[in-house]
Amino acid sequence: MFVYADNAATTAMSRAAVEAMTPAMHQLYGNPSSLHQKGREANYALMGAREAVARCLNASAREIYFTGCGTEADNWAITEAARLGAEQGKRHIISDTIEHHAVLHTLKKLEKQGFEVTYLPVHEDGVVRLEELAAALRPDTCLVTVMFSNNEIGTVQPVREIGALCRERGVLFHTDAVQAVGHMPVDVEADNIDMLSLSGHKFHAPKGVGALYCRKSVKLKNFIEGGAQERGRRGGTEAIPAILAMAAALEESCAHLEENAAKVSAMRDKLIAGLRQIPCSRCNGSPDHRAPGIVSFCFEGIEGESLLLRLDLAGICASSGSACTSGSLDPSHVLLALGLPHEIAHGSLRLSLSAYNTMEEVDYILEQVPQVVRELRQMSPVWMHMLEKMEDPYRAAN
Amino acid sequence: MAMEYSEKVMEHFAHPHNVGVIEDADGVGEVGNAKCGDIMRMYLKVSADEIIEDVKFQTFGCASAIATSSIATDMIKGQPLSEALKLTNQAVVESLDGLPAVKVHCSVLAEQAVKAAVADYYKRKGLPYEHPCGACGGEGCCGHDHGHEEE
Repeated sequence: MFVYADNAATTAMSRAAVEAMTPAMHQLYGNPSSLHQKGREANYALMGAREAVARCLNASAREIYFTGCGTEADNWAITEAARLGAEQGKRHIISDTIEHHAVLHTLKKLEKQGFEVTYLPVHEDGVVRLEELAAALRPDTCLVTVMFSNNEIGTVQPVREIGALCRERGVLFHTDAVQAVGHMPVDVEADNIDMLSLSGHKFHAPKGVGALYCRKSVKLKNFIEGGAQERGRRGGTEAIPAILAMAAALEESCAHLEENAAKVSAMRDKLIAGLRQIPCSRCNGSPDHRAPGIVSFCFEGIEGESLLLRLDLAGICASSGSACTSGSLDPSHVLLALGLPHEIAHGSLRLSLSAYNTMEEVDYILEQVPQVVRELRQMSPVWMHMLEKMEDPYRAAN
Repeated sequence: MAMEYSEKVMEHFAHPHNVGVIEDADGVGEVGNAKCGDIMRMYLKVSADEIIEDVKFQTFGCASAIATSSIATDMIKGQPLSEALKLTNQAVVESLDGLPAVKVHCSVLAEQAVKAAVADYYKRKGLPYEHPCGACGGEGCCGHDHGHEEE
Protein backbone atom coordinates (compact mmCIF):
# COMPACT_ATOMS: atom_id res chain seq x y z
CA MET A 1 0.00 0.00 0.00
CA PHE A 2 1.14 3.54 -0.71
CA VAL A 3 0.12 6.34 1.67
CA TYR A 4 1.00 10.00 1.26
CA ALA A 5 0.87 11.44 4.77
CA ASP A 6 3.08 14.49 4.34
CA ASN A 7 0.51 17.10 3.34
CA ALA A 8 2.00 19.75 5.61
CA ALA A 9 5.10 19.58 3.40
CA THR A 10 3.09 19.83 0.22
CA THR A 11 -0.10 18.51 -1.33
CA ALA A 12 -1.10 16.89 -4.59
CA MET A 13 -2.77 19.30 -7.01
CA SER A 14 -6.54 19.14 -7.07
CA ARG A 15 -8.46 18.43 -10.23
CA ALA A 16 -9.89 21.96 -10.01
CA ALA A 17 -6.36 23.39 -9.93
CA VAL A 18 -5.20 21.32 -12.88
CA GLU A 19 -8.34 22.20 -14.83
CA ALA A 20 -7.81 25.90 -14.20
CA MET A 21 -4.13 25.72 -15.02
CA THR A 22 -4.17 23.68 -18.21
CA PRO A 23 -6.19 26.05 -20.46
CA ALA A 24 -4.30 28.97 -18.91
CA MET A 25 -1.05 27.40 -20.11
CA HIS A 26 -2.46 26.79 -23.57
CA GLN A 27 -4.34 30.00 -24.17
CA LEU A 28 -3.70 32.70 -21.59
CA TYR A 29 -0.15 33.40 -22.66
CA GLY A 30 -0.63 37.14 -22.89
CA ASN A 31 1.19 39.43 -20.48
CA PRO A 32 -1.44 41.03 -18.20
CA SER A 33 0.44 44.32 -18.54
CA SER A 34 -0.02 44.37 -22.35
CA LEU A 35 -2.75 46.56 -23.82
CA HIS A 36 -3.74 44.23 -26.66
CA GLN A 37 -6.42 41.58 -26.54
CA LYS A 38 -4.18 38.75 -25.30
CA GLY A 39 -2.95 41.01 -22.52
CA ARG A 40 -6.45 42.10 -21.59
CA GLU A 41 -7.61 38.49 -21.58
CA ALA A 42 -4.83 37.51 -19.14
CA ASN A 43 -5.44 40.58 -17.00
CA TYR A 44 -9.14 39.82 -16.79
CA ALA A 45 -8.38 36.28 -15.61
CA LEU A 46 -5.90 37.65 -13.08
CA MET A 47 -8.50 40.03 -11.69
CA GLY A 48 -10.93 37.16 -11.31
CA ALA A 49 -8.35 35.11 -9.42
CA ARG A 50 -7.54 38.02 -7.13
CA GLU A 51 -11.22 38.49 -6.33
CA ALA A 52 -11.62 34.78 -5.62
CA VAL A 53 -8.69 34.70 -3.21
CA ALA A 54 -9.96 37.87 -1.52
CA ARG A 55 -13.44 36.39 -1.09
CA CYS A 56 -12.04 33.29 0.61
CA LEU A 57 -10.31 35.50 3.21
CA ASN A 58 -13.10 38.09 3.51
CA ALA A 59 -10.71 40.70 2.12
CA SER A 60 -11.02 43.01 -0.86
CA ALA A 61 -9.20 42.28 -4.12
CA ARG A 62 -6.93 45.31 -3.82
CA GLU A 63 -5.55 43.90 -0.55
CA ILE A 64 -4.23 40.72 -2.21
CA TYR A 65 -0.70 40.63 -3.62
CA PHE A 66 0.41 37.49 -5.43
CA THR A 67 3.90 36.27 -4.56
CA GLY A 68 6.19 33.42 -5.54
CA CYS A 69 5.63 31.54 -2.26
CA GLY A 70 4.56 31.83 1.36
CA THR A 71 8.14 32.55 2.38
CA GLU A 72 8.23 35.62 0.15
CA ALA A 73 4.98 36.87 1.68
CA ASP A 74 6.42 36.40 5.21
CA ASN A 75 9.65 38.21 4.29
CA TRP A 76 7.75 41.04 2.66
CA ALA A 77 5.18 41.58 5.41
CA ILE A 78 7.66 41.53 8.27
CA THR A 79 10.29 43.65 6.54
CA GLU A 80 7.68 46.23 5.55
CA ALA A 81 6.03 46.35 8.96
CA ALA A 82 9.47 46.89 10.49
CA ARG A 83 10.27 49.67 8.04
CA LEU A 84 6.95 51.39 8.78
CA GLY A 85 7.66 51.05 12.50
CA ALA A 86 11.15 52.47 12.20
CA GLU A 87 9.70 55.53 10.42
CA GLN A 88 7.88 56.28 13.67
CA GLY A 89 10.86 55.37 15.82
CA LYS A 90 9.36 52.00 16.79
CA ARG A 91 11.88 49.20 16.61
CA HIS A 92 10.41 46.45 18.77
CA ILE A 93 8.78 43.29 17.36
CA ILE A 94 7.02 40.44 19.15
CA SER A 95 6.92 36.89 17.83
CA ASP A 96 7.20 33.40 19.33
CA THR A 97 9.65 30.53 19.43
CA ILE A 98 7.86 28.10 17.08
CA GLU A 99 7.53 30.21 13.94
CA HIS A 100 8.60 28.90 10.54
CA HIS A 101 12.13 29.79 9.47
CA ALA A 102 10.68 32.16 6.86
CA VAL A 103 9.64 34.31 9.83
CA LEU A 104 12.45 33.51 12.27
CA HIS A 105 15.26 34.17 9.79
CA THR A 106 13.65 37.44 8.66
CA LEU A 107 13.48 38.50 12.32
CA LYS A 108 17.14 37.54 12.84
CA LYS A 109 18.05 39.76 9.91
CA LEU A 110 16.09 42.65 11.43
CA GLU A 111 17.80 42.11 14.78
CA LYS A 112 21.12 42.62 13.02
CA GLN A 113 19.72 45.88 11.69
CA GLY A 114 19.00 47.12 15.20
CA PHE A 115 15.45 45.90 15.81
CA GLU A 116 14.68 44.23 19.11
CA VAL A 117 12.60 41.03 18.98
CA THR A 118 10.78 39.40 21.89
CA TYR A 119 10.13 35.69 21.30
CA LEU A 120 7.17 34.60 23.41
CA PRO A 121 7.46 31.10 24.88
CA VAL A 122 4.77 28.63 23.85
CA HIS A 123 4.49 26.35 26.88
CA GLU A 124 4.17 22.58 26.72
CA ASP A 125 1.02 22.73 24.58
CA GLY A 126 2.58 24.95 21.93
CA VAL A 127 0.15 27.82 22.54
CA VAL A 128 1.10 31.48 23.00
CA ARG A 129 -0.42 33.03 26.15
CA LEU A 130 -2.35 36.28 25.67
CA GLU A 131 -1.33 37.67 29.05
CA GLU A 132 2.32 37.16 28.14
CA LEU A 133 1.76 38.95 24.85
CA ALA A 134 0.00 41.81 26.66
CA ALA A 135 2.92 42.10 29.07
CA ALA A 136 5.44 42.10 26.23
CA LEU A 137 3.76 44.93 24.25
CA ARG A 138 5.64 48.23 24.58
CA PRO A 139 5.09 51.76 23.31
CA ASP A 140 7.77 51.11 20.67
CA THR A 141 6.31 47.77 19.48
CA CYS A 142 5.59 48.05 15.77
CA LEU A 143 4.65 44.47 14.89
CA VAL A 144 3.33 41.25 16.36
CA THR A 145 3.84 38.21 14.13
CA VAL A 146 2.35 34.91 15.33
CA MET A 147 1.54 32.01 13.05
CA PHE A 148 -2.07 30.87 12.59
CA SER A 149 -1.28 27.17 12.99
CA ASN A 150 2.04 25.40 13.35
CA ASN A 151 3.45 23.28 10.54
CA GLU A 152 5.09 20.66 12.79
CA ILE A 153 2.70 20.14 15.68
CA GLY A 154 -0.50 21.61 14.26
CA THR A 155 -1.19 23.88 17.22
CA VAL A 156 -3.63 26.69 16.40
CA GLN A 157 -2.90 30.03 18.08
CA PRO A 158 -5.59 32.35 19.51
CA VAL A 159 -5.26 34.56 16.44
CA ARG A 160 -8.51 36.49 16.85
CA GLU A 161 -7.68 37.47 20.43
CA ILE A 162 -4.09 38.34 19.53
CA GLY A 163 -5.40 40.50 16.69
CA ALA A 164 -7.87 42.25 18.97
CA LEU A 165 -5.17 43.02 21.50
CA CYS A 166 -2.88 44.38 18.79
CA ARG A 167 -5.65 46.57 17.39
CA GLU A 168 -6.39 47.94 20.86
CA ARG A 169 -2.72 48.87 21.26
CA GLY A 170 -2.30 50.19 17.72
CA VAL A 171 0.25 47.54 16.71
CA LEU A 172 0.32 45.83 13.31
CA PHE A 173 -0.51 42.11 13.40
CA HIS A 174 0.88 39.68 10.83
CA THR A 175 0.13 35.99 10.76
CA ASP A 176 1.83 33.24 8.78
CA ALA A 177 -1.31 31.33 7.77
CA VAL A 178 0.43 29.01 5.32
CA GLN A 179 -0.83 25.90 7.17
CA ALA A 180 -4.27 27.34 7.91
CA VAL A 181 -5.69 28.82 4.70
CA GLY A 182 -7.82 26.26 2.90
CA HIS A 183 -7.96 24.03 6.00
CA MET A 184 -9.76 26.11 8.62
CA PRO A 185 -11.87 29.28 8.59
CA VAL A 186 -9.68 32.35 8.11
CA ASP A 187 -11.42 35.73 8.09
CA VAL A 188 -9.13 38.75 8.11
CA GLU A 189 -11.92 41.01 9.42
CA ALA A 190 -13.25 38.81 12.21
CA ASP A 191 -9.74 37.63 13.11
CA ASN A 192 -8.37 41.21 13.30
CA ILE A 193 -5.51 40.46 10.92
CA ASP A 194 -3.53 43.26 9.24
CA MET A 195 -1.19 41.11 7.18
CA LEU A 196 -1.37 37.42 6.29
CA SER A 197 0.84 35.07 4.30
CA LEU A 198 -0.45 32.06 2.40
CA SER A 199 1.03 29.45 0.09
CA GLY A 200 -0.83 27.67 -2.72
CA HIS A 201 0.79 24.25 -2.61
CA LYS A 202 -0.43 23.61 0.94
CA PHE A 203 -4.02 23.47 -0.31
CA HIS A 204 -3.70 21.51 -3.57
CA ALA A 205 -2.48 24.35 -5.80
CA PRO A 206 0.87 24.09 -7.61
CA LYS A 207 4.20 25.04 -6.05
CA GLY A 208 5.65 28.46 -6.83
CA VAL A 209 2.72 30.68 -5.92
CA GLY A 210 1.55 32.35 -2.74
CA ALA A 211 -0.04 35.58 -1.64
CA LEU A 212 0.21 38.35 0.88
CA TYR A 213 -2.92 39.94 2.26
CA CYS A 214 -2.20 43.48 3.42
CA ARG A 215 -4.94 45.68 4.88
CA LYS A 216 -5.37 48.77 2.73
CA SER A 217 -4.62 51.12 5.64
CA VAL A 218 -1.08 49.71 5.80
CA LYS A 219 1.23 51.73 3.54
CA LEU A 220 2.97 48.74 1.99
CA LYS A 221 5.96 49.46 -0.24
CA ASN A 222 7.42 47.16 -2.86
CA PHE A 223 9.70 44.32 -1.94
CA ILE A 224 10.84 43.45 -5.45
CA GLU A 225 11.80 46.41 -7.65
CA GLY A 226 10.56 46.35 -11.21
CA GLY A 227 7.43 47.00 -13.22
CA ALA A 228 3.96 48.07 -12.21
CA GLN A 229 2.64 44.59 -11.47
CA GLU A 230 0.66 44.00 -8.27
CA ARG A 231 -0.28 47.67 -8.10
CA GLY A 232 3.37 48.60 -8.37
CA ARG A 233 4.27 46.68 -5.19
CA ARG A 234 5.88 43.61 -6.70
CA GLY A 235 7.68 43.73 -10.02
CA GLY A 236 7.76 40.62 -12.19
CA THR A 237 5.28 39.26 -14.72
CA GLU A 238 2.53 37.38 -12.92
CA ALA A 239 2.55 33.57 -13.03
CA ILE A 240 -0.94 33.45 -14.56
CA PRO A 241 -1.40 29.64 -14.77
CA ALA A 242 -0.23 29.13 -11.18
CA ILE A 243 -2.28 32.04 -9.85
CA LEU A 244 -5.45 30.80 -11.57
CA ALA A 245 -4.81 27.30 -10.25
CA MET A 246 -4.32 28.66 -6.74
CA ALA A 247 -7.55 30.62 -6.88
CA ALA A 248 -9.45 27.55 -8.12
CA ALA A 249 -7.91 25.31 -5.45
CA LEU A 250 -8.67 27.81 -2.72
CA GLU A 251 -12.26 28.31 -3.81
CA GLU A 252 -12.76 24.56 -3.83
CA SER A 253 -11.12 24.13 -0.41
CA CYS A 254 -13.18 26.93 1.10
CA ALA A 255 -16.41 25.60 -0.39
CA HIS A 256 -15.79 22.24 1.32
CA LEU A 257 -14.04 23.54 4.42
CA GLU A 258 -16.37 22.09 7.02
CA GLU A 259 -16.85 18.66 5.49
CA ASN A 260 -13.13 18.29 4.76
CA ALA A 261 -12.20 19.40 8.27
CA ALA A 262 -14.64 16.90 9.75
CA LYS A 263 -13.32 14.07 7.59
CA VAL A 264 -9.65 14.89 8.18
CA SER A 265 -10.11 15.47 11.93
CA ALA A 266 -11.75 12.08 12.31
CA MET A 267 -8.74 10.43 10.63
CA ARG A 268 -6.36 12.51 12.76
CA ASP A 269 -8.12 11.52 15.98
CA LYS A 270 -8.03 7.85 15.05
CA LEU A 271 -4.31 8.12 14.33
CA ILE A 272 -3.65 9.86 17.65
CA ALA A 273 -5.67 7.32 19.62
CA GLY A 274 -3.90 4.45 17.86
CA LEU A 275 -0.38 5.80 18.21
CA ARG A 276 -0.92 6.56 21.90
CA GLN A 277 -1.14 2.78 22.42
CA ILE A 278 2.60 2.56 21.72
CA PRO A 279 4.44 2.53 25.08
CA CYS A 280 6.61 5.58 25.83
CA SER A 281 5.07 7.68 23.12
CA ARG A 282 3.77 11.22 23.37
CA CYS A 283 1.50 13.30 21.21
CA ASN A 284 2.97 16.78 20.71
CA GLY A 285 0.99 19.99 20.79
CA SER A 286 -2.30 21.09 22.29
CA PRO A 287 -5.03 18.44 22.16
CA ASP A 288 -7.72 21.14 21.99
CA HIS A 289 -6.30 23.73 19.60
CA ARG A 290 -5.17 21.54 16.73
CA ALA A 291 -5.22 21.81 12.93
CA PRO A 292 -7.39 19.12 11.33
CA GLY A 293 -4.63 17.22 9.56
CA ILE A 294 -1.46 17.30 11.66
CA VAL A 295 -0.32 14.54 14.01
CA SER A 296 3.02 14.86 15.78
CA PHE A 297 4.45 12.14 18.01
CA CYS A 298 7.70 11.32 19.77
CA PHE A 299 8.70 7.73 20.41
CA GLU A 300 11.36 7.33 23.06
CA GLY A 301 14.43 5.21 22.37
CA ILE A 302 14.46 5.60 18.59
CA GLU A 303 15.59 8.20 16.10
CA GLY A 304 13.22 9.92 13.68
CA GLU A 305 15.09 9.53 10.43
CA SER A 306 15.28 5.75 10.81
CA LEU A 307 11.59 5.67 11.57
CA LEU A 308 10.81 7.85 8.57
CA LEU A 309 12.88 5.78 6.15
CA ARG A 310 11.58 2.46 7.45
CA LEU A 311 8.04 3.79 6.94
CA ASP A 312 9.06 4.91 3.46
CA LEU A 313 10.14 1.34 2.74
CA ALA A 314 6.66 0.30 3.86
CA GLY A 315 5.10 2.79 1.41
CA ILE A 316 4.27 5.56 3.89
CA CYS A 317 5.48 9.12 3.23
CA ALA A 318 5.86 11.03 6.50
CA SER A 319 8.17 13.60 8.03
CA SER A 320 10.30 14.03 11.13
CA GLY A 321 11.69 16.90 13.15
CA SER A 322 14.81 14.92 13.97
CA ALA A 323 18.19 16.55 13.44
CA CYS A 324 19.20 13.84 11.02
CA THR A 325 16.44 14.65 8.56
CA SER A 326 17.38 18.31 8.40
CA GLY A 327 21.13 17.84 8.14
CA SER A 328 21.69 19.95 11.25
CA LEU A 329 22.80 18.69 14.64
CA ASP A 330 19.83 19.88 16.62
CA PRO A 331 16.32 18.50 16.46
CA SER A 332 13.41 20.75 15.49
CA HIS A 333 13.29 24.13 17.25
CA VAL A 334 9.54 23.64 17.60
CA LEU A 335 9.85 20.42 19.62
CA LEU A 336 12.62 21.90 21.75
CA ALA A 337 10.43 24.97 22.40
CA LEU A 338 7.81 22.63 23.90
CA GLY A 339 10.43 21.72 26.48
CA LEU A 340 11.22 18.27 25.08
CA PRO A 341 14.77 17.09 25.77
CA HIS A 342 16.97 16.52 22.71
CA GLU A 343 16.96 12.72 23.07
CA ILE A 344 13.16 12.61 22.90
CA ALA A 345 12.81 15.27 20.20
CA HIS A 346 15.14 13.15 18.00
CA GLY A 347 12.46 10.45 17.90
CA SER A 348 9.73 12.54 16.32
CA LEU A 349 7.29 11.68 13.57
CA ARG A 350 4.86 13.97 11.78
CA LEU A 351 1.95 12.55 9.83
CA SER A 352 -0.08 15.16 7.98
CA LEU A 353 -3.35 14.29 6.29
CA SER A 354 -5.58 15.87 3.69
CA ALA A 355 -9.06 15.15 2.42
CA TYR A 356 -7.42 12.86 -0.15
CA ASN A 357 -6.48 10.35 2.56
CA THR A 358 -8.77 7.53 3.61
CA MET A 359 -9.54 5.58 6.78
CA GLU A 360 -8.01 2.49 5.12
CA GLU A 361 -4.76 4.41 4.86
CA VAL A 362 -5.01 5.41 8.51
CA ASP A 363 -5.48 1.74 9.42
CA TYR A 364 -2.41 0.83 7.39
CA ILE A 365 -0.35 3.53 9.15
CA LEU A 366 -1.55 2.19 12.52
CA GLU A 367 -0.45 -1.28 11.49
CA GLN A 368 2.99 -0.21 10.28
CA VAL A 369 4.15 2.45 12.77
CA PRO A 370 3.98 0.25 15.91
CA GLN A 371 5.83 -2.51 14.06
CA VAL A 372 8.62 -0.22 12.84
CA VAL A 373 8.93 1.40 16.29
CA ARG A 374 9.24 -2.07 17.83
CA GLU A 375 11.91 -3.17 15.34
CA LEU A 376 13.99 -0.04 15.84
CA ARG A 377 13.66 -0.26 19.61
CA GLN A 378 14.88 -3.84 19.52
CA MET A 379 18.16 -2.64 18.07
CA SER A 380 18.41 0.50 20.21
CA PRO A 381 20.83 0.62 23.16
CA VAL A 382 18.88 3.63 24.48
CA TRP A 383 15.70 1.58 24.63
CA MET A 384 17.59 -1.27 26.34
CA HIS A 385 18.82 1.19 28.99
CA MET A 386 15.25 2.45 29.43
CA LEU A 387 13.87 -1.06 29.82
CA GLU A 388 16.41 -1.81 32.52
CA LYS A 389 15.28 1.23 34.51
CA MET A 390 11.57 0.75 33.98
CA GLU A 391 9.40 -1.14 36.41
CA ASP A 392 6.64 -1.61 33.92
CA PRO A 393 8.00 -1.51 30.39
CA TYR A 394 4.55 -1.07 28.98
CA ARG A 395 3.56 2.03 30.89
CA ALA A 396 1.91 4.42 28.48
CA ALA A 397 3.44 7.86 28.48
CA ASN A 398 0.09 9.50 27.92
CA MET B 1 17.42 19.17 0.20
CA ALA B 2 16.60 15.55 0.47
CA MET B 3 19.43 13.32 1.57
CA GLU B 4 20.63 10.81 -1.00
CA TYR B 5 21.70 7.45 0.39
CA SER B 6 23.42 4.83 -1.75
CA GLU B 7 21.67 1.53 -2.42
CA LYS B 8 24.25 -0.13 -0.20
CA VAL B 9 23.35 2.13 2.72
CA MET B 10 19.64 1.45 2.23
CA GLU B 11 20.29 -2.30 2.02
CA HIS B 12 22.21 -2.33 5.32
CA PHE B 13 19.63 -0.01 6.90
CA ALA B 14 16.66 -2.12 5.81
CA HIS B 15 18.31 -5.45 6.67
CA PRO B 16 21.19 -4.77 9.06
CA HIS B 17 23.66 -7.58 9.74
CA ASN B 18 24.81 -8.69 13.20
CA VAL B 19 22.12 -6.87 15.21
CA GLY B 20 21.82 -7.93 18.82
CA VAL B 21 23.60 -8.59 22.08
CA ILE B 22 26.34 -11.08 23.02
CA GLU B 23 25.54 -11.95 26.64
CA ASP B 24 29.03 -13.30 27.48
CA ALA B 25 30.95 -10.78 25.35
CA ASP B 26 34.71 -10.42 25.83
CA GLY B 27 34.59 -6.74 24.98
CA VAL B 28 31.80 -4.14 24.82
CA GLY B 29 32.16 -0.61 23.50
CA GLU B 30 29.61 2.19 23.52
CA VAL B 31 30.12 5.57 21.86
CA GLY B 32 27.98 8.60 21.07
CA ASN B 33 25.24 10.15 23.13
CA ALA B 34 21.49 10.38 22.83
CA LYS B 35 21.52 14.16 22.90
CA CYS B 36 23.34 14.17 19.56
CA GLY B 37 20.97 11.56 18.22
CA ASP B 38 23.23 8.54 17.88
CA ILE B 39 24.64 5.83 20.12
CA MET B 40 26.39 2.65 19.03
CA ARG B 41 27.13 -0.30 21.27
CA MET B 42 29.32 -3.11 19.97
CA TYR B 43 29.87 -6.57 21.48
CA LEU B 44 32.87 -8.79 20.65
CA LYS B 45 33.48 -12.48 21.19
CA VAL B 46 37.22 -13.00 20.87
CA SER B 47 39.08 -16.35 20.60
CA ALA B 48 42.26 -17.23 22.49
CA ASP B 49 44.35 -16.29 19.46
CA GLU B 50 42.64 -12.88 19.27
CA ILE B 51 40.34 -13.56 16.35
CA ILE B 52 36.91 -11.85 16.43
CA GLU B 53 34.68 -14.91 16.38
CA ASP B 54 31.45 -13.01 16.71
CA VAL B 55 30.29 -9.42 16.78
CA LYS B 56 26.89 -7.86 17.42
CA PHE B 57 25.70 -4.28 17.61
CA GLN B 58 22.87 -2.13 18.88
CA THR B 59 22.42 1.35 17.48
CA PHE B 60 20.16 4.29 18.23
CA GLY B 61 20.42 6.65 15.32
CA CYS B 62 19.61 7.52 11.76
CA ALA B 63 19.75 5.24 8.72
CA SER B 64 23.43 5.89 8.15
CA ALA B 65 24.26 5.16 11.80
CA ILE B 66 22.55 1.78 11.47
CA ALA B 67 24.15 1.07 8.07
CA THR B 68 27.68 2.01 9.22
CA SER B 69 27.30 -0.20 12.31
CA SER B 70 26.11 -3.08 10.16
CA ILE B 71 28.92 -2.88 7.62
CA ALA B 72 31.60 -2.26 10.27
CA THR B 73 30.60 -5.48 12.02
CA ASP B 74 30.79 -7.33 8.68
CA MET B 75 34.26 -5.89 8.08
CA ILE B 76 35.74 -7.05 11.39
CA LYS B 77 33.98 -10.39 11.84
CA GLY B 78 36.50 -13.25 11.57
CA GLN B 79 39.40 -10.80 11.60
CA PRO B 80 42.23 -10.68 14.13
CA LEU B 81 41.96 -7.80 16.64
CA SER B 82 45.03 -6.23 15.07
CA GLU B 83 43.13 -5.93 11.78
CA ALA B 84 39.99 -4.59 13.45
CA LEU B 85 42.08 -1.81 14.95
CA LYS B 86 43.10 -0.77 11.45
CA LEU B 87 39.47 -0.11 10.49
CA THR B 88 39.06 3.49 9.38
CA ASN B 89 35.94 5.53 8.87
CA GLN B 90 37.01 6.11 5.25
CA ALA B 91 37.00 2.35 4.67
CA VAL B 92 33.48 2.21 6.14
CA VAL B 93 32.33 5.03 3.86
CA GLU B 94 33.87 3.36 0.81
CA SER B 95 32.26 0.02 1.59
CA LEU B 96 28.89 1.75 1.66
CA ASP B 97 29.51 3.42 -1.72
CA GLY B 98 29.71 6.80 0.00
CA LEU B 99 27.75 8.75 2.58
CA PRO B 100 26.22 12.25 2.37
CA ALA B 101 28.69 14.80 3.81
CA VAL B 102 26.52 15.51 6.87
CA LYS B 103 26.47 11.78 7.65
CA VAL B 104 30.20 11.09 7.57
CA HIS B 105 30.28 11.44 11.37
CA CYS B 106 28.32 8.16 11.56
CA SER B 107 31.27 6.33 9.99
CA VAL B 108 33.56 7.94 12.57
CA LEU B 109 31.24 6.65 15.26
CA ALA B 110 31.38 3.11 13.80
CA GLU B 111 35.18 3.17 13.82
CA GLN B 112 35.16 4.45 17.39
CA ALA B 113 32.67 1.80 18.50
CA VAL B 114 34.88 -1.00 17.17
CA LYS B 115 37.94 0.48 18.84
CA ALA B 116 36.11 1.05 22.12
CA ALA B 117 35.03 -2.62 22.15
CA VAL B 118 38.61 -3.76 21.47
CA ALA B 119 39.88 -1.41 24.19
CA ASP B 120 37.38 -2.94 26.58
CA TYR B 121 38.65 -6.41 25.66
CA TYR B 122 42.23 -5.42 26.49
CA LYS B 123 41.12 -3.72 29.68
CA ARG B 124 39.31 -6.86 30.83
CA LYS B 125 42.42 -8.92 30.04
CA GLY B 126 44.58 -6.46 31.94
CA LEU B 127 46.64 -5.82 28.81
CA PRO B 128 48.09 -2.40 27.99
CA TYR B 129 46.18 -0.53 25.29
CA GLU B 130 46.13 3.05 24.16
CA HIS B 131 42.70 4.30 23.15
CA PRO B 132 42.98 5.31 19.52
CA CYS B 133 40.63 8.22 19.87
CA GLY B 134 42.96 10.28 22.04
CA ALA B 135 41.08 13.50 21.62
CA CYS B 136 38.03 12.37 23.54
CA GLY B 137 39.69 10.06 26.03
CA GLY B 138 37.32 7.32 24.96
CA GLU B 139 34.33 8.91 26.67
CA GLY B 140 31.36 10.41 24.93
CA CYS B 141 32.65 10.35 21.37
CA CYS B 142 29.82 11.36 19.14
CA GLY B 143 31.64 11.87 15.88
CA HIS B 144 30.12 15.30 15.45
CA ASP B 145 32.15 18.36 14.82
CA HIS B 146 30.26 20.78 17.02
CA GLY B 147 32.36 23.66 15.81
CA HIS B 148 30.44 23.85 12.56
CA GLU B 149 27.44 26.04 12.14
CA GLU B 150 24.19 24.76 10.76
CA GLU B 151 24.01 25.34 7.02
